[in-house]
Amino acid sequence: MDKPVNNKAWFFVLPVFFLVAISAIIPLMTVVNYSVQDTFGNNQFFWAGTEWFKEILHSERFHSALVRNLIFSFIILLIEIPLGIVVALSMPRKGFWVPVCLILMALPLLIPWNVVGTIWQIFGRADIGLLGNTLVGLGVNYNYATNWFDAWATIILMDVWHWTSLVVLLCYAGLVSIPEAYYQAARIDGASKWKVFRYIQLPKLHRVLLIAVLLRFMDSFMIYTEPFVLTGGGPGNSTTFLSIDLVKTAIGQFDLGPAAAMSIIYFLIILLLSWVFFTVMTHYGADNNKTESGHDS
Amino acid sequence: MNLSWMAWTTPTAIFFITILSLLILMTIWELLSPGGGVRYGVLRFETTRGDRLFLSLLGSAFIHLAWLGFSDLNLWWAMGVSVCYALLVFRFV
Repeated sequence: MDKPVNNKAWFFVLPVFFLVAISAIIPLMTVVNYSVQDTFGNNQFFWAGTEWFKEILHSERFHSALVRNLIFSFIILLIEIPLGIVVALSMPRKGFWVPVCLILMALPLLIPWNVVGTIWQIFGRADIGLLGNTLVGLGVNYNYATNWFDAWATIILMDVWHWTSLVVLLCYAGLVSIPEAYYQAARIDGASKWKVFRYIQLPKLHRVLLIAVLLRFMDSFMIYTEPFVLTGGGPGNSTTFLSIDLVKTAIGQFDLGPAAAMSIIYFLIILLLSWVFFTVMTHYGADNNKTESGHDS
Repeated sequence: MNLSWMAWTTPTAIFFITILSLLILMTIWELLSPGGGVRYGVLRFETTRGDRLFLSLLGSAFIHLAWLGFSDLNLWWAMGVSVCYALLVFRFV
């Protein structure tokens, strides 16, 4: 039976609506206004039309930052997802070590992003950092401030250290929720460890993995603080990701018009990805529930 | 209230008033025909009128960006393509 609809509940949403209006909608409207104008400060604006959008869409700098960001997100997913699954599979399910492992896994997630950047900045220094000094001592010509490959390797390593735990915790939650009956059935059939993983654990992890992939993709696509603190976008522009480029344009160069146009394009890309995220999550979940209830009946 | 810091212009005001009007029209549509017009379209999942409006607006934004990026023709053509796209979305999605 359908529940009666009570539209008075909408009044409870009003405070949130006003909060979002002040913190998100009004600033976004201002950015749209800025994107079609030019300013030299002093609250004076000159009409520019779609000039900034054309400039950004044809800008080599924007294309490079976008490609860099996509490559970065791809590498992050390629490393963090399989690694997260392996670590979650090797974690204990019962006993004293469970809380110890969970706390150890949660620790990197609790550290503020700028502190993570600072830790790795010092850790990677060739003169005083443990990582940098050890590598140089081993004869590796490592310097993240002058070599683009070293800078990328350090940022990727830092992100893997910081965020793999999230994938681990999500997968672990998925793994412990698998009923023991599945494993008993597999033991009776004499299934190998690989087959248990391939046909029981992986399908049951499908949903949490979807959340992990999409969360890590969106987070890595918006990364700012850690690479900004570690390399400042350098050497050259080799680690200048979209958000770093945006801040450089807006605050460094005070080009508010192009920065606003770039923000809108960046926002639209993220909005599209968020929509895909939301749609896949909700509709995959709905289909899954239907299938499961179908099996039950 | 002084809103000069928001740097309003007539075209951007028209843009936002259009979006607001669309939202008001959608509300009136919902009041006249409640339920959200839920159906399975070409995307093979359930969509409501709100979903279709969102897809139309998001798609139109990308059509305009693509127009600016790849063509020198007047932007009104992109507007025409966007309206056709929105009609197709409301008909088939």
